[in-house]
Amino acid sequence: MKRSYFAAPYGLWMAVFTIVPIFLIAYYAFTLGGGFSIENFRMFLEPAFVGILTFSLWLAFLCTVICLVIGYPAALLLAAKDMKRSSIVVVLFVIPMWMNFLLRTYAWMTLLEDTGLINRFLEWIGIGRQRLMYTEQAVLMGMVYNFLPFMIFPVYSVLSKRDERLLEAAQDLGANAFMTFLRVTFPLSVPGIVSGVTMVFMPAVTTFVIPRLLGGGTFMMFGDLIENQFLTMDDWHFGSALSLIMMVLILISVGILNRADPSGQAAEGGGLW
Amino acid sequence: MVEDMHLIELENCTKEFDGFEALKQVSLYIRKQEFVTLLGPSGCGKTTTLRLIGGFEQPTTGRVFFEGTDITGVPPYRRSVNTVFQKYALFPHLDVFENIAFGLKIAKVQKADIKRRVAEMLELVGLRGYEKRDIEALSGGQQQRVAIARALVNEPEVLLLDEPLGALDQRLRKDMQLELKKMQQRLGITFLYVTHDQEEALTMSDTIVVMREGRIQQIGTPKKIYDEPKNAFVADFIGESNILPGVMLYDRRVRFADFEFTCEDSGFGTNAPVDVVVRPEDIVVYPDRGMLKGIVRSVLFKGVHYEMMVDTGAFTFKVHSTMMQPEGAEIGLSILPDGIHIMRKSEPVKDPQEEGEAL
Repeated sequence: MKRSYFAAPYGLWMAVFTIVPIFLIAYYAFTLGGGFSIENFRMFLEPAFVGILTFSLWLAFLCTVICLVIGYPAALLLAAKDMKRSSIVVVLFVIPMWMNFLLRTYAWMTLLEDTGLINRFLEWIGIGRQRLMYTEQAVLMGMVYNFLPFMIFPVYSVLSKRDERLLEAAQDLGANAFMTFLRVTFPLSVPGIVSGVTMVFMPAVTTFVIPRLLGGGTFMMFGDLIENQFLTMDDWHFGSALSLIMMVLILISVGILNRADPSGQAAEGGGLW
Repeated sequence: MVEDMHLIELENCTKEFDGFEALKQVSLYIRKQEFVTLLGPSGCGKTTTLRLIGGFEQPTTGRVFFEGTDITGVPPYRRSVNTVFQKYALFPHLDVFENIAFGLKIAKVQKADIKRRVAEMLELVGLRGYEKRDIEALSGGQQQRVAIARALVNEPEVLLLDEPLGALDQRLRKDMQLELKKMQQRLGITFLYVTHDQEEALTMSDTIVVMREGRIQQIGTPKKIYDEPKNAFVADFIGESNILPGVMLYDRRVRFADFEFTCEDSGFGTNAPVDVVVRPEDIVVYPDRGMLKGIVRSVLFKGVHYEMMVDTGAFTFKVHSTMMQPEGAEIGLSILPDGIHIMRKSEPVKDPQEEGEAL
């Protein structure tokens, strides 16, 4: 039996659940009232819809930046030589991921509510109750919390495989700890960063549960918009067009990111997907 | 060339790793412009010694001096030594130019100067025009040269080389040995070289430090170490040798292999048990006469000479001779006084291969 036959189940799976749906989406996107049409795309150009897209991209961008700023030092800490044996720290970072995504987000609701833990603390120290829920910041915080591991692990995975001898070589050539980081550790971790940024940005830009729960429907993100077309408006054609736009945008951003990593190691660095 | 000033000095250095003593009371000095080789089997502490000087390890006890100042505890980036690492440790994300310029850029040398000095180095190591090459696209020998250039471009007082030729093939090794020695003489830089290859050590060094199990066994010129090994380990590790037990009868008279020989050693007392070292090439072969009589058990052609195992009844000698004697022939062997080296009894030599790698 030829070895390629082993891939047959996967091929079938891909065909039924990925390729066919993509064609269906394309079909719906380019049809209206039974015939070919680009009306769905023209509709998208309305300022309200473009605004939602820009807002989603902006929020996803902020989320990615914050995840990188928090996640990189965390990954560096995890990959430190004396830390490797205490896998407890690694487990501490993983445990939140074992919990259900929705549960985690609901947990944030109880924290941020008007009568939630944080507000009670603020009242206690005399600052007084603040409006935390249903704000842009709340959504952003929920996104960062949920997607942070996707930044930490690719970076950690690359950093933990770095060659100690290169660090010694840098020191030997006169570089102190900071210069060693700047000239050796950081450039060599770029594949991990690319991988992490991709893995945070993509789900962040399409998320709809987090803005629904923590944003309370006061504002809409692109994911919500798509979901609405299918479930509320029952406009599969416009929904498909929006999905297609999203897909193209993601493809473009992945393409740009991979440019930043000419070695193409991002896939190896990932280790999660 | 070698000046008498002590450039680097180790004073009673001990190094422990998780309870394992990699170095035991090592004291050693290196003079300016000297080519010193640390020689020994794997796990003997030679790399640890190098790393103490490079600053990558700190001694558990003892001190390290550089030009008379105590540098124990000074981090590597503030020492005026540079290292050629085992397997090179070149930066894979930088090209040849950027690798060599690394140290100069950290030192904030002017751009034009960097360009000139890197070009000079590439010229020196025979890689002119390789500036833009990718590290991974270079052969092992070329990477080796880049590693040497990257260290030398900083004009260090001392260059530390950790088995730099270990990954090269025989032919390339020989060439690089000569080139390194030439570079050292031309630039007048002190070299501290680590190897387990005794031939390499003998060819290149001004001084050889033989180490074993974290202790220095002998320090001396290659000739001295070869001709007058201090103990059976050194004799066995450096070159080939017949090592056999003997009794020093009195000064200049020794008995071994059931025969009394005249030798040049004295000061061992009377009737003292000793180890005797006889190099295979110091045994003279005669077809009919000689001090000892023996039967040729095996003959191997080694290129320059024949290697014969000659059984005299009391001992089987390894003999090198350009004259072939057939297997089974009865021949005579003689050993002249200057071919006999007497050493005090030492503990039996373990097979160096059996000892694990310490680092």
